[in-house]
Amino acid sequence: MNALTAHLPALQVIVPMLMAPFVVLLRARSLSWAAATATSLLAFAIAIQLTIIVMSGSPMTYQMGSWAAPYGIELQVDALSALLLLIVTGAASIALIGGRESLAATLSEDREPYFFAAWLLALAGMAGIVVSADAFNIFVFMEISSLASYVLIAGGPDRRALPATFKYLIMGTIGATFYLIGVGLIYMMTGTLNLADMELRIHEVADQKPILAAAGFITVGLALKAAIFPLHVWLPNAYTYAPHIVTAFMAACATKVSLYVLLRFDFFVFQQNLVGHGFQFAAYLMPLAILGIIVGSAVAMFERNIKRLLAFSSVAQIGYIMLGASLLTVTGLTAAALHMFNHALAKGGLFLAVAAVSMVVAGCRLDNFAGLARRMPWTFAALVIAGLSLIGIPGTAGFISKWYLINAALELETGGVALVALILVSSLMAVVYIWRIVEAAYFGEPAEQDVTAVPRALVIMLWAVAIANVGFGIAPELPLRLSSAAADILLGHVQ
Amino acid sequence: MEILGIYHYWVFAILLMIGFYAVIAKLNLIKKLIGLSLLQAAVFLLYISMGNVEGASAPIFGYGAETFSNPLPQVLILTAIVVGISTMALGLGLVVRIKEEYGSIEEDEIQEMDHR
Repeated sequence: MNALTAHLPALQVIVPMLMAPFVVLLRARSLSWAAATATSLLAFAIAIQLTIIVMSGSPMTYQMGSWAAPYGIELQVDALSALLLLIVTGAASIALIGGRESLAATLSEDREPYFFAAWLLALAGMAGIVVSADAFNIFVFMEISSLASYVLIAGGPDRRALPATFKYLIMGTIGATFYLIGVGLIYMMTGTLNLADMELRIHEVADQKPILAAAGFITVGLALKAAIFPLHVWLPNAYTYAPHIVTAFMAACATKVSLYVLLRFDFFVFQQNLVGHGFQFAAYLMPLAILGIIVGSAVAMFERNIKRLLAFSSVAQIGYIMLGASLLTVTGLTAAALHMFNHALAKGGLFLAVAAVSMVVAGCRLDNFAGLARRMPWTFAALVIAGLSLIGIPGTAGFISKWYLINAALELETGGVALVALILVSSLMAVVYIWRIVEAAYFGEPAEQDVTAVPRALVIMLWAVAIANVGFGIAPELPLRLSSAAADILLGHVQ
Repeated sequence: MEILGIYHYWVFAILLMIGFYAVIAKLNLIKKLIGLSLLQAAVFLLYISMGNVEGASAPIFGYGAETFSNPLPQVLILTAIVVGISTMALGLGLVVRIKEEYGSIEEDEIQEMDHR
C-alpha cells in the first residue's frame, strides 16, 4: 500500500469538500459544471479503488491526523461502506454528466456555480457519513449533506419546491436532533463516541434506562431521515418538485445513506449488547416495512404525476430494504444491502428518463407523456428496462435482490409464506404502476407539438444505467460479494 | 431532593417538548423555526450539563484545581450550535423565498394556493 492509497478514505471526503468553494469562484457557465463533474468522477474513482482494496482483504481504517482511536477520529471503510460509496459517487457522476443541459434549462446562469458547490457539499457529506466511524462526525456530515440537499431541491424554478423543502428541513432537522440526543445519552453512559469503542463499553451499562432511551431516539431519528413509513411524508413533495436531475441523484442515494447509519448503529452498537434488542428491532420495523410496501405501492398505482408516482414507489422500496434487515438473518441482510444497490440503479434510471422526457415536454403528468414513445424510442426503451428492474423481472438487477428477499423470508419458521405473498403482490402492484407509464407513452394519442432533441449525453448516461440494470442482473457478482460480506460484518458482531 | 438536583435535565425535557409542540402545532413558518431553535437549544443544554462536574474547574492545569469538568461535550456542542445556526439561516432564507412567491408565510394558506 503506497502513501497515497493509505489516505484514500480521507480523500474521499476531502476532495469534493475542498472543491466546493473553488467551484463557486468559476463564473463561466460550463466551467463550474465541468469542475463539479471532474471532482465527482475523481470521487467515483476513489470509491472504486477503495472497493478493490476492501474486496481483496480487510476493512480499511484511517486515523485522522494520526490521533489513535478512540481518542482521535477514525474513518473506516468496510464492504457495506464500499457498496454505499459506489452508489453515492456513481449516482452523482452519472447525474452530473447527463444533466448538464437539463440543469442549464432550470437554473439561471449566475446561480449555477452555487448550485454545483452545493452538489459537491452534498456529495462530500454523504461520503463522510459512510466512511466515518465516529458517532458525532456522522451527525455533522449528515447535516452538511442535508443542508446542501435542501439547497439543491429548492434550486428549481417550480415554486412548490419551496414549501416542500421547508417541510424536509423541519423534519430532517428533527431527525438529526433526535439522533444527536441519542448519541449524547450514549456518550453520557460510556464516555466514547467511536462506534467500535462504544460497542465494547456499552455492554456494562446495557440495562440502564438512558441507553434504552438512546436506542429509541437514534432509531426514530434515523427512520425520519431515511423516510421509513410512516415518517416518509417529506419525501414525495421534495422529490416531485426538485429539479429532475437532483431527483435522480437524491432518489439513488439520499435515504440509503441514513438507512446505512441505522443498520450500523442497530447492528454494531445495540444488537449484541441490549437484551431483546433484536426482537424489538424486528417487531418495530417489520410491520412498518410491510405497511410501507403496501401503502407506497398502492398510492403509486393511483398517482397521476409520474415523479410523485416514482417517489411513492421509493417509499415502498425502502420498505423492502427494511424488511430484509428486520429478518436479522444473513440472507435477509444480504437482500437489504443488495436492494440498496439495485434500487439505486432502477430508480436512478427511471428519474433520468423522466429528466430526458422533460427536456421535450413541460410537465410530468401521465397525460404529458401520451404517445411520446414513438417520437423518442431510445429514451422510453431505457425507461422500460429500468422499470422492469424495479418490478424485479428475471434478467434484471431488481430480480436478484427480490430473489434473496424471498429466500430470506422462506428461511423463517413462521409467517415466511405470508411475506413471500406480500412481496409477490407488491411486485404485481409495481407492474401496474410501471404499466401505466408504458401505456400512456406507447399507446396514448400524442399531442401535436415539435419534439426537440434530447441531449446526447443524457441518453448515453440513461443507457449506461439501463445496461447496468441488465448487466448486474445477469452477472451480479460484484454487488453480491459486497452485500454478503456486509451481512457477515453486520451479523458477525451479533454472536 | 434528587429530582430537584437534576433540574437541568428537567429543563432539557421541558424545552424539548415546547419546541417540538411549536414545530408541530404552529402554522406560521417563522414560529415553526423558533420551535426548531428551542428544540436544538434543549439538546445543547443536555450536552453541556452532562460534562459538568460539581465543584470542578475548567480543565486548565497549574492553577491548583484538583477536579476538572469534561470539556469534550462543550466542544461537541460548539459544532452543533454552528450546525443549528446554518439550519436556521437556511430556513429563514427559505421563508423569505416563500413569502416572495406566495405572499404568505402561513402553512394552511400556502397549501390552499397550491391545491387550487
